[in-house]
Amino acid sequence: MLTELCSVPVTGMGQHVGAYGVQDTLRSGFSSVKNELLPSHALELSEKNFQLNQDKMNFSTLRNIQGLHAPLKLQMEYRAARQIQRLPFLQSSHLALDTLKGNDESISFEDILNDPAQSEMVGEPHIMVEYKLGLM
Amino acid sequence: MATLSVCQTQLGGFSFENCKRNAVLETEVTKVGCRMPAARKTGTTIVGVVFKDGLVLGADTRATEGMIVADKNCSKIHYISPNIYCCGAGTAADTEMTTQIISSNLELHSLSTGRLPRVATANRMLKQMLFRYQGHIGAALVLGGMDCNGPHLYSIYPHGSTDKLPYVTMGSGSLAAMAVFEDRYKQDMEEEDAKRLVRDAIAAGIFNDLGSGSNIDLCVITKGRVDYLRPHDMANKKGVRTGSYKYKRGTTGVLTKTVTKLDLEVVEETIQTMDTS
Repeated sequence: MLTELCSVPVTGMGQHVGAYGVQDTLRSGFSSVKNELLPSHALELSEKNFQLNQDKMNFSTLRNIQGLHAPLKLQMEYRAARQIQRLPFLQSSHLALDTLKGNDESISFEDILNDPAQSEMVGEPHIMVEYKLGLM
Repeated sequence: MATLSVCQTQLGGFSFENCKRNAVLETEVTKVGCRMPAARKTGTTIVGVVFKDGLVLGADTRATEGMIVADKNCSKIHYISPNIYCCGAGTAADTEMTTQIISSNLELHSLSTGRLPRVATANRMLKQMLFRYQGHIGAALVLGGMDCNGPHLYSIYPHGSTDKLPYVTMGSGSLAAMAVFEDRYKQDMEEEDAKRLVRDAIAAGIFNDLGSGSNIDLCVITKGRVDYLRPHDMANKKGVRTGSYKYKRGTTGVLTKTVTKLDLEVVEETIQTMDTS
């Protein structure tokens, strides 16, 4: 859990590599090089990694100010809060995680647009649970 | 694909799924010869000036959609908190949503601290959000308010840079308004002089810039009092027709006339005010 000052590297859209090192066609569909090499919008990559970058920056600042124990304790609490969720196909409120991160006192586009609780697509429950438990 | 939703957790916020499709659509549409629909902008004149005991914000009221006036009396001075107001230029939806989000955040923040919010807080929140989206949110703002340290006026550009100045102008009519300010601004003006100066600056923008027009709205913020004057001055009144083009009764000959009474019962009566202008 070493905290570095560098941000998450820009690695293209990320091929979903399966168990045997090739494109996992069953889970992620047919691959197309053009689709996956370039992002479709200038902000797509930076928005995907925004939260990660913010966390890295905050943790490294915290480490410099208060010592190594501070980010370690916080990351332990985050990990614990992330584990108490509902089953994967149900919406969990992430209340503990939000309170730890301070998101309960702010509103941003993540709360207004594309609320996951109101998405029109529902995943197949059995497959989602199997995937989460690693049985698939 | 359905299986894709299994592996990735759903996140809120902006979704870029349709960007490639939109790019393809745009090339196809331009090949045929049509144009993609344009976003509604507020080609605007917005100004702010600090005077002795407070500050005055001013804005025109025209919203354009390409070459057409979409709204003759839109409100460009948005509420942020009881002591802070913000004028917005650029894409109308962006300024509206941005100011509403920052207003909510500032309210939560002030409930958490238990104090009246400061203008510098609103400025910092706005610039961090606009920089995060690298100028794709087209909102140019003039933020002004009164807090424990006195009156403050900021101008915020769509890419996230801010300036703290005694008088600012933004929008397509900003050059005309700035010319008036540079000529007549003095430090520590009285309230009436400041209102007159702002009115003249917006009028310069209205009459010399095609993107600004209609009325002049003013917002005077002093310690403990906010005067939202909408409209302060109707610079462009719609003309009145001098003659009537209606035909006299009896021009068309009436052959037969039957009257059918409808038995109606008034169940509920509600009044909804419209912004007719």
